[in-house]
Amino acid sequence: MSDTKKFLYVNRKAPYGTIYALESLEVVLIGAAFEQDVQLLFMDDGVFQIAKGQDTKGIENKNFSPTYTALGDYEITKMYVSQESLDERGLTIDDLMPLTYEDEDDDWAEKSSIIVVNNAEIAALMEEQDVVLSF
Amino acid sequence: MATMTVNGKDYEVDEEGYLLDLSQWSKEVGEELAKSESVDMTESHWEVIDFLREYYDEYQIAPAVRVLTKAIGKKLGKEKGNSKYLYELFPYGPAKQACKIAGLPKPTGCI
Repeated sequence: MSDTKKFLYVNRKAPYGTIYALESLEVVLIGAAFEQDVQLLFMDDGVFQIAKGQDTKGIENKNFSPTYTALGDYEITKMYVSQESLDERGLTIDDLMPLTYEDEDDDWAEKSSIIVVNNAEIAALMEEQDVVLSF
Repeated sequence: MATMTVNGKDYEVDEEGYLLDLSQWSKEVGEELAKSESVDMTESHWEVIDFLREYYDEYQIAPAVRVLTKAIGKKLGKEKGNSKYLYELFPYGPAKQACKIAGLPKPTGCI
């Protein structure tokens, strides 16, 4: 497609309790279905959206966290995570789900989509987008 | 709320006929949904339906067509991993029709 735009979806809220995380994921899938250049950024409580071992039985909500692991199939290969937000919550990259994609240009090798970034890198990342959507 | 009846049991469906509670799905319900879409189910059809249900179970979404064709090709063989094959089975759109028969919600981004 000729008019591909760079989209950054900024996810800043905890996965449950509000509808933001699920709505963002829906819009991400729509953007990817229209073959746009889609990237995700998780910061603030948004880092919990991709935390490992989510169990929603107690709150009777659908656990949609497995869907993030399908995004590699949608050619979403860049999932940025704020280093500061992880630090503030006592989390490390090992507390996050493994999110991967298969690199077509490298014999379909499985690679991690997670890129940890600091605040200066986040500013630069936002600067280079055509569209930034904050949830 | 719309319902459909299979073997004397009522199932709730949305305004487009998609099953509301996917845990109620059975092969008989699938057959009935296929009838409403005028699709004659064969082994090849069920293969795609089973695949979709497994995909949903793992990722909690119905895949977009592009993702479906790629994944089918990987799992069931290259000759099946193309939209021609899938459209022959499900002429009104593999994602839309096959998801309906599989008891899944309409795929996100499907128009």
